[in-house]
Amino acid sequence: MPKVIFHRAGGATDVVDVDAGSNVMRAAVQNGVDGIVGECGGQAMCATCHVYVREPHLDALPAISEDEEEMLECTAAPRDERRSRLGCQLTLGAGGLEEVEVDVPATQI
Amino acid sequence: MCPRPRSERVVVIGAGHAGVQVADALRAGGHDGPISLVGDEPVLPYQRPPLSKEHLAPGGTPAPLPLRAERFFTDRRIDLRTGVTATALDRASRTVLLQDGAALPYDVLVLATGAANRMPAVPGADLAGIHALRTLADAQALRAGLSRARSVLVVGAGFVGLEVAAAARAHGSAVTVLEAADRPLARALSREAACHVAEVHRRTGTDLRLGEAVAAFTGRRGRVTGAVSGAGSEYRADLVLVGTGVVPRTALAAAAGLPVADGIVVDEGLRTPDPAIYAVGDCASHPSVHTGTRIRLESVQNATDQGRHVAAVILGDARPYTEVPWFWSHQGALKLQIAGVRLPDDENVLCGDPATGRFSVCCFRDGRLVAVESLNRPADHMAARRLLAAGRSPEPGQLRDPAFCLKEFDREQAVA
Repeated sequence: MPKVIFHRAGGATDVVDVDAGSNVMRAAVQNGVDGIVGECGGQAMCATCHVYVREPHLDALPAISEDEEEMLECTAAPRDERRSRLGCQLTLGAGGLEEVEVDVPATQI
Repeated sequence: MCPRPRSERVVVIGAGHAGVQVADALRAGGHDGPISLVGDEPVLPYQRPPLSKEHLAPGGTPAPLPLRAERFFTDRRIDLRTGVTATALDRASRTVLLQDGAALPYDVLVLATGAANRMPAVPGADLAGIHALRTLADAQALRAGLSRARSVLVVGAGFVGLEVAAAARAHGSAVTVLEAADRPLARALSREAACHVAEVHRRTGTDLRLGEAVAAFTGRRGRVTGAVSGAGSEYRADLVLVGTGVVPRTALAAAAGLPVADGIVVDEGLRTPDPAIYAVGDCASHPSVHTGTRIRLESVQNATDQGRHVAAVILGDARPYTEVPWFWSHQGALKLQIAGVRLPDDENVLCGDPATGRFSVCCFRDGRLVAVESLNRPADHMAARRLLAAGRSPEPGQLRDPAFCLKEFDREQAVA
């Protein structure tokens, strides 16, 4: 089963198993991982599911779409040019990532 | 205004985007008293936007996306009551009566009752196979229906109707859309943008019938088989989706003697004339600094921003509500985004070439930018949100330069 590891701003870590086809935002919201909001429901419209992906997983990420690119310029916590992504755009399993480890920013709004 | 004591009892009626946000923001803001959140649907509060999009797409995700995990409510001591309708407000004793017999006393009451679908009052409207879309239960029934339907008739070319039309085409169904106005999205969009939307749907094979209202639904053995339009044309369909707008759910407020005029009437602090009662989201009519008129918006942004704002007001913040409204709709490959509020007499100036399928319509009032409708141009949309929030505006004439770029303009202005 695909897995997401969330390192929260306060230092705690959540390891969440997810269904194939789900994404990092959905995994966080369904499991009550604090610090990820997903206000628009995963439509790349709000930048409240911003995460910093950890280095070993960066090469496996899907390309950044035009929508996501625009939202990444408006994140509440500073954008990291290499590591910042929207969780709703990171699909797990089903040909996507099998595992991903992310840092949750201190603020989303 | 003095801050209220943080131990007051708050009751929120409605557990949609607005209601959940109120409860969340109150706790996050330090409110320590009891919070009850009452929702009439028998499920954990969920995200509505995906219901007309991914949820309906072939191979889409049928599981609802919760607004918050169940433990969010327990961890924060939010008394979430689902599947319960509020039946009456007793303002004198500050009590809400619930259908299950409970009486909830409050010091502060927030009405976040949302809106209900408006169904056309025509013969046959109660036939099986006629769907509307608002709740998760609606979406589940529609999803099941779409997977079997060979021909789909959509009544009303609003956002929901067009999103469902796009989903039905993706399922391979023949799709007809009946719209009484002379263009789709007539209430929400400029003529320039609306005409492009019409073209996009027609190009994907949707039969868009403008200037035709439904006069009656036809059926056999209690099940819909089609519809007859006001012009007398007959359309056959094995599934009908009605998307002819909503009415705000104001009955509770009206019965309690609160003023209602296309929504529960609130002031710039989202408060009703009863100082203990507020209203937010789809059900509320608020004075807008963006139009200078009262408006009632039906959007997630409005619900969440008003939810956050009312929580701040309850905690003692006296600033008026001024957030820039924004909205989006995904219809197949078309991504439509709106920032600001357009009025019918605004001057519309194109930015970009509609023939490319990527352009924006910039709406000016008295020479100032008030709204931007972007079609597959997300950069324009985000720039518009920033410009409108900062009160910055290009001159309408600047847009006639083909090299003009809203995002560049925003950057230059932000630096200047």
